[in-house]
Amino acid sequence: MKNKILPFSVIIIFGIIFFIFYKGLEDSKIYIPDVNTKKEIPVFNTKEFFSRENVKSSSIFELDKFYILNIWSSWCVPCRQEHPFLMNLNLENKLNIIGMNYKDNLKNAENFLKELGNPYKEIFIDLDGTIAIEWGAYGVPESFLIYNNEIIKKYIGPLNQELIDEINLFIK
Amino acid sequence: MKFLKFFLIVIILFPSSSINADENDKRNKITKNLRCLICQGQSVYDSDSEFANSLKIVVDKKLQEGLSEDQIYEYFKTKYGEWILYDPGLNKNTYILWLLPILIFLIGGAIIYKSFIVKK
Repeated sequence: MKNKILPFSVIIIFGIIFFIFYKGLEDSKIYIPDVNTKKEIPVFNTKEFFSRENVKSSSIFELDKFYILNIWSSWCVPCRQEHPFLMNLNLENKLNIIGMNYKDNLKNAENFLKELGNPYKEIFIDLDGTIAIEWGAYGVPESFLIYNNEIIKKYIGPLNQELIDEINLFIK
Repeated sequence: MKFLKFFLIVIILFPSSSINADENDKRNKITKNLRCLICQGQSVYDSDSEFANSLKIVVDKKLQEGLSEDQIYEYFKTKYGEWILYDPGLNKNTYILWLLPILIFLIGGAIIYKSFIVKK
């Protein structure tokens, strides 16, 4: 009897460990951000893009209006792809598009807007990337749909027609 | 005389360097425990990506504001979720991770107790 307990418990322990590691294999090891939770927008101070004057975040976002905050950069290739969609969205005039210029050379950024048009109602600068972290962003491009100072939805990567349609459903 | 010299050198060198080292150590410790979300298998400390560099700046800022290590982790957790921490807290997803070593230790102890001590 005594001789049987030891091998038996060893087998069970290894069985448990195998099961846990096997389960662990199924978990995704890539960061999947939470895109649907409602979060308050962060408070921050920054500079306006064209005038280089200081602005507070509270003066940018008003209550009872829909906003898209779009994080962009002139060095970011997917931003070029999504730019026409932002231009179209701006023409529809149902919501305000706010730009956040992320870690960019401001001259290049101005040329980018001259070349492709400016869909943004306001642009502010994030030179060192710290404001993007306040927003919980981790790359460019990224867009946030905002209503009543709350983030309703987060779009990671470039916007496309499908996502624009989804945004239009939200703001109807 | 020698003793006095030594004493002076210690007084001059020690306080300033130790404070700087403390700050640096703390920053390194924190950034080593933060996962660089856009890199694979790298901590923020190891990475030189745009994201990681910005995160290092934020950690410095928060330390200057006087936040403790745990408060900084809590801040990043609210922004990015538990995944950004290498050292996860105890919750329903991680309790096996935390309790298994203790369990194995207890079972092992029981086996040793049974087979060696009781035999005597």
